[in-house]
Amino acid sequence: MRVFVEGVGLLGPGLDGWPAGRAVLAGESAYQAAPTNLRSSDMLPAPERRRAGVPIKLALAVGQEAFLQSGRDTRTAATVFTSSGGDNDNAHAINGILATAPREVSPTRFHNSVHNAAAGYWCIAAGTHEPSTSLCAHDASFAAGLLESATQVAVDGAVVVLIAYDHPYPEPLHTVRPIAAPFGMALILTAQQTDKSLAAITVELVAGGASETTMQDAGLDALRRGVPAARGLPLLAALASGKPTQISLAWFADNHLKLGVTPC
Amino acid sequence: MQPLVISHTALANSLGLGVSATMDALRSRRSGLAPCAFEDVDLETYIAKVEALDDFRVRADLSAWDCRNNRLAQLCLEQDGFAQAVELAKRKYGASRIGVFLGTSTSGILQTELAYRRLDPDTGALPPDFHYAETQNSYSLAGFVLRYLGLSGPSFVVSSACSSSVKVFANAQRMMAAGVCDAAVVGGTDSLCLSTLYGFNSLGLVSHQPCRPYDAERDGISIGEGAGFVLLEKAPAQVSPDAMLLLGVGESSDAYHMSTPHPEGLGARLAMQRALGSAGLQASDIDYINLHGTATKSNDASEGKAVADVFGASVPCSSTKGWTGHQLGAAGVTEAIIAMLAIEHNFLPGSINTRQLDPAIAIDYRIENGAGKVNRVLSNSFGFGGSNCSLVLGRKA
Repeated sequence: MRVFVEGVGLLGPGLDGWPAGRAVLAGESAYQAAPTNLRSSDMLPAPERRRAGVPIKLALAVGQEAFLQSGRDTRTAATVFTSSGGDNDNAHAINGILATAPREVSPTRFHNSVHNAAAGYWCIAAGTHEPSTSLCAHDASFAAGLLESATQVAVDGAVVVLIAYDHPYPEPLHTVRPIAAPFGMALILTAQQTDKSLAAITVELVAGGASETTMQDAGLDALRRGVPAARGLPLLAALASGKPTQISLAWFADNHLKLGVTPC
Repeated sequence: MQPLVISHTALANSLGLGVSATMDALRSRRSGLAPCAFEDVDLETYIAKVEALDDFRVRADLSAWDCRNNRLAQLCLEQDGFAQAVELAKRKYGASRIGVFLGTSTSGILQTELAYRRLDPDTGALPPDFHYAETQNSYSLAGFVLRYLGLSGPSFVVSSACSSSVKVFANAQRMMAAGVCDAAVVGGTDSLCLSTLYGFNSLGLVSHQPCRPYDAERDGISIGEGAGFVLLEKAPAQVSPDAMLLLGVGESSDAYHMSTPHPEGLGARLAMQRALGSAGLQASDIDYINLHGTATKSNDASEGKAVADVFGASVPCSSTKGWTGHQLGAAGVTEAIIAMLAIEHNFLPGSINTRQLDPAIAIDYRIENGAGKVNRVLSNSFGFGGSNCSLVLGRKA
């Protein structure tokens, strides 16, 4: 399958937006870890903005950035959200509330606990009635999201925004599922090349394991390994470099995605 | 879309184990709902529980994956010859060419809820027997089923609340159309947990009585648990007239509110219209609609408007949640299989517990069971976050 990338969104530790992040990923400036610059999106109506946790901030920031680059109307794209955990702060809070009386889970806590909360808020903010799916494949969540997005583009001819995000659990869950930092990325994918296209990506699922493409910079590779959504960093690095690149992304031990990136 | 063959199905829920247990309960009008007796939950409500789970354990080699949700998944895979059917498909296509795309809303979260009661008093740590990836993580269900069936194709979980286990039909259809796999195990599992019972209660959406879909006096859902699996395969050049097919899928987003459906049923209408369009069918081609029909005031009013807009009052409709309770992430696949039972048996399920229809909803809602030729059905599933999906199932047009 071949798809075109028309917009990129990026927000992570020391990666504050695509223009600055692109320069770091292309090796033009050094990577310096810094707390992820989380912010509320002005896309959301005020009541929803108040209820938005970290995943919603991540998802909306990167999605909005990608759409601004592409110049497309947010109402016209299907969405694929992928995350290993959803809202991990909220999950911890609900488990704590349920472990002690009285078990008063607030309505907002409950509706934010669904894995597709970020998708729900995005659709409200973007005003889109297009299909939206929310996936999880533990450490392979990014690969799953990319393959699903590519099939939507290839089979349905849809314009798809893929939004991947993850953020740390508080303790005690952090110890059993360590996630290094809040991180999000978005790609707008199309079937046809446009004047905004950055690159073409071929996506192929191949049976069997393969050695994963790593990041050259040790700090960026720690981020790649430390956050499921950041497994997409080698793809962003290829887009940043502007050079044809082959990438291998693991899908557990059983399979991997073979990606070919060709700049437009 | 190119129709896919539904070559095998399996069910496990409060009505019993296996597809025939559900069919028998529908025919004999026996509901799976009973007063809530689950863990130490102190809510006055009815639930649809699978009693066999308490003493059941997952296969020994997968013991790290043991949790209520995966127990229910395994129990279902053991019904209706499902695991054997997958074994045959494995020989035909190869283990790496069969995808596993499953829906769940809460996965094994009950395991975490209970573990939070056993935190180390000194360190606050989770107990050492807690396995995050194998139980709590949303992917747990697909990882477990993949291993149980010995498959190695692409696998993921869709977790979009109550539409999860029908959304996966769309994922599988695209994966197969794109040549990523030749067959797929789809469906889902959701099991009782405190998060959903107390969470829906906080929203004022849980009924104190057995739920009454589309009743004028409906006042909320009854939560249930269940599992359903479907084996999807590519259709051969010559499809037998008896073959059960996935004919169409339609997906949409409400873009309205996180936990309340669009009041005019906008997203529901789009999902149904897109499903008909994907199947290349007209509204008049549908013989029965299995509604989402949760029995909340807002869901049934909104869905009812959308059905009336698309189908008028000429297609028999019912919600079967009075039987099964609302199985959340497993509701979609269960109801898709019930809709297939309607075709196989030329049987129109009515609606248990519904007494007086809401006069404001202008559709052909059936309370009593009926009979009639059923060739093609539509099944609706709508979830929090405004996630909507409708399926068209049936015989070759």
